[in-house]
Amino acid sequence: MDAVSSLLDGFGTALTPSNLLVAAIGVVLGTAIGVLPGIGPAMAVALLLPVTYGLDPTAALIMFAGIYYGGMFGGSTTSILLNTPGETAAVVTAMEGHPMAKRGRGPQALAAAAIGHFIGGIVGTILLVLLAPAVASLAVDIGAPDYFAIMVLAFVAVTSVLGKSRLRGFASLLVGLTIGLIGLDQLTGQARLTFGSLHLADGVDVVIVAVGLFAVGESLWVAAHLRHKLAQPIPVGRPWLGRGDVRRTWKPWLRGPFIGFPFGAIPAGGAEIPTFLSYVTEKRFSRHKDEWGKGAIEGVAGPESTASASAAGTLVTMLTLGLPTTAVAAVMLAAFQQYGIQPGPLLFERESALVWGLIASLFVGLVLLLVINLPMAPVWAKLLRIPRPYLYAGILFFASVGAYSVGGEVLDLLLLFAIGVLGFAMRRFGLPVLPAIIGVILGPAAELQMRRALQISDGNLSGLVNSPMAVTVYVVIALILAWPLIRKLTKRGQEETPKEKVDA
Amino acid sequence: MSVETSTVEESTGTPEHKSWWREHSELGMCAFLLLLGVLVLTEGLTLPTDFTTRGPLGPQAVPVAVGSLLVLISLLLAREVLRGGKGEAEGGEDIDLSTAADWRTVLMLAGAFLANAALIDVAGFPVSSAVMFWGAAYALGSRNFVRDPLIAAVLSVVTWVAFNELLGVALPGGPLMGVF
Repeated sequence: MDAVSSLLDGFGTALTPSNLLVAAIGVVLGTAIGVLPGIGPAMAVALLLPVTYGLDPTAALIMFAGIYYGGMFGGSTTSILLNTPGETAAVVTAMEGHPMAKRGRGPQALAAAAIGHFIGGIVGTILLVLLAPAVASLAVDIGAPDYFAIMVLAFVAVTSVLGKSRLRGFASLLVGLTIGLIGLDQLTGQARLTFGSLHLADGVDVVIVAVGLFAVGESLWVAAHLRHKLAQPIPVGRPWLGRGDVRRTWKPWLRGPFIGFPFGAIPAGGAEIPTFLSYVTEKRFSRHKDEWGKGAIEGVAGPESTASASAAGTLVTMLTLGLPTTAVAAVMLAAFQQYGIQPGPLLFERESALVWGLIASLFVGLVLLLVINLPMAPVWAKLLRIPRPYLYAGILFFASVGAYSVGGEVLDLLLLFAIGVLGFAMRRFGLPVLPAIIGVILGPAAELQMRRALQISDGNLSGLVNSPMAVTVYVVIALILAWPLIRKLTKRGQEETPKEKVDA
Repeated sequence: MSVETSTVEESTGTPEHKSWWREHSELGMCAFLLLLGVLVLTEGLTLPTDFTTRGPLGPQAVPVAVGSLLVLISLLLAREVLRGGKGEAEGGEDIDLSTAADWRTVLMLAGAFLANAALIDVAGFPVSSAVMFWGAAYALGSRNFVRDPLIAAVLSVVTWVAFNELLGVALPGGPLMGVF
């Protein structure tokens, strides 16, 4: 098979000493970032973008992928030991993982999570190898109207499926689209929203936006509500699993990827929904129903394996369609663009060595992650004791370094601060950050595709819906938009909802 | 969990007026969105159209659409807020939403950040970012007058050297580094 031989070549790329080193740095950084509060993989990749400017693109992307997978591993540690998920993907893990740790079964919970991640990641990445080239070859034929439709789907899904308030999701998306508009128009070269500033004519660098919204916004928000009494993590020994535990966890481990992978691939916000689905599924299949809520190991194993596989699913969409479905994927897409590489159906042909090297490095990274996480979990848990003033001072420090090294201009620091204040306000008033990031990164591309489609059709609006695929995507969008209405209508017949929903 | 301030029913007289605004501070966000919308909309409408537009849709279409939607969303959001809707403030590991916002810390942190922006071209990266790190740590409650500046200085100098020597990203050294 073609994919297999390409993958073997990829291992040749991934196993060179320098790339192996980069992968190791990536997974160690990723795990640390996953464990540390206040800083997530998306922020980390954004901070590293300017730093890796001088690196070879393959090496940089291998490192970013390592951070992505590593963040997933590390996020579960805080869920289990502290009951506070480090990443959204690990929210569900806290529900069973923390009670387990309280009952003295922390080592088993950590082991179930780490091995679950490993298995989920391996199965997910195998699915990626099998499916991505097929998706790419199917996607070669899709044209501007289809791309535009898919991007609109991403906009609608990211604002409607996730989060508690659609209105606030859309507000966030529009703010992102506005930031994306700043600069020269791609087709005519006219300046938009630059207010005569030459600096703004190049547009606002994605690094500034991502670092501002994530790092500076988060630091300011934490400053406003800093928890002065730190929660104490439950002390824990080396993770291990007994025979009985393995008997209970192997099925959830294997079921997880098949829930996580498809959800990662569609623009529904990554791991949040599938991990919850996995939790519900495992609860239904479990033979130890009495243990749920008090620390059932299946409730850790399933969701963690799901989370890891969803990351692989996310990469399928990102690599083959150039469509990010999570914040990390969005920032990674920006990284590709920084190197002048456009992810999309042609990527597998044009940058074959890079893509397969990247995919092979995922396998390598997963093995490294298992090795550094299984025996060393107690060491990672120590990171939770870092004094918060140093942590957030450090985040601000590296945020400014990252922003300043984009162009060496003070104006970028001020822009970073302004976007940070925006990020603060968004957190205060419940505007999700992800739609804004997706809007900044996909907005300009969506505009380009739309105008191209209309150029081809000579201004006729039917040019946007002249392919079966575009029509299908718009039907899906209509269904997502009409979903609350449909649900309201079907529910009315059954019973009145007792609790009135506050958010629209 | 939303941030609870005081309840409206309890307070009487003038404080009631103030707390109404506090309860509805999200209207500030609506105002921001409205202003942004108007700005984008006017920008879209005032773009010179005599430019040879390539294709049927010129550069003004998307700004006009985004601007109008922003105005629409800001009004819908304002309606929801006035009806008692509330955005849910984001929680987190280090975030305690049961306390009122600590503006003093926020302002000090912002000050530390802006000090860096003001100093970096004058005093150089090692000095300005050390000031920022120490200032930020101080703002967040760290009061160790030996360890804090030491960490700040070491971190800044090491980062400066690493960026200049290893990564090839030039950060301004300033007069202090010129000595070496």
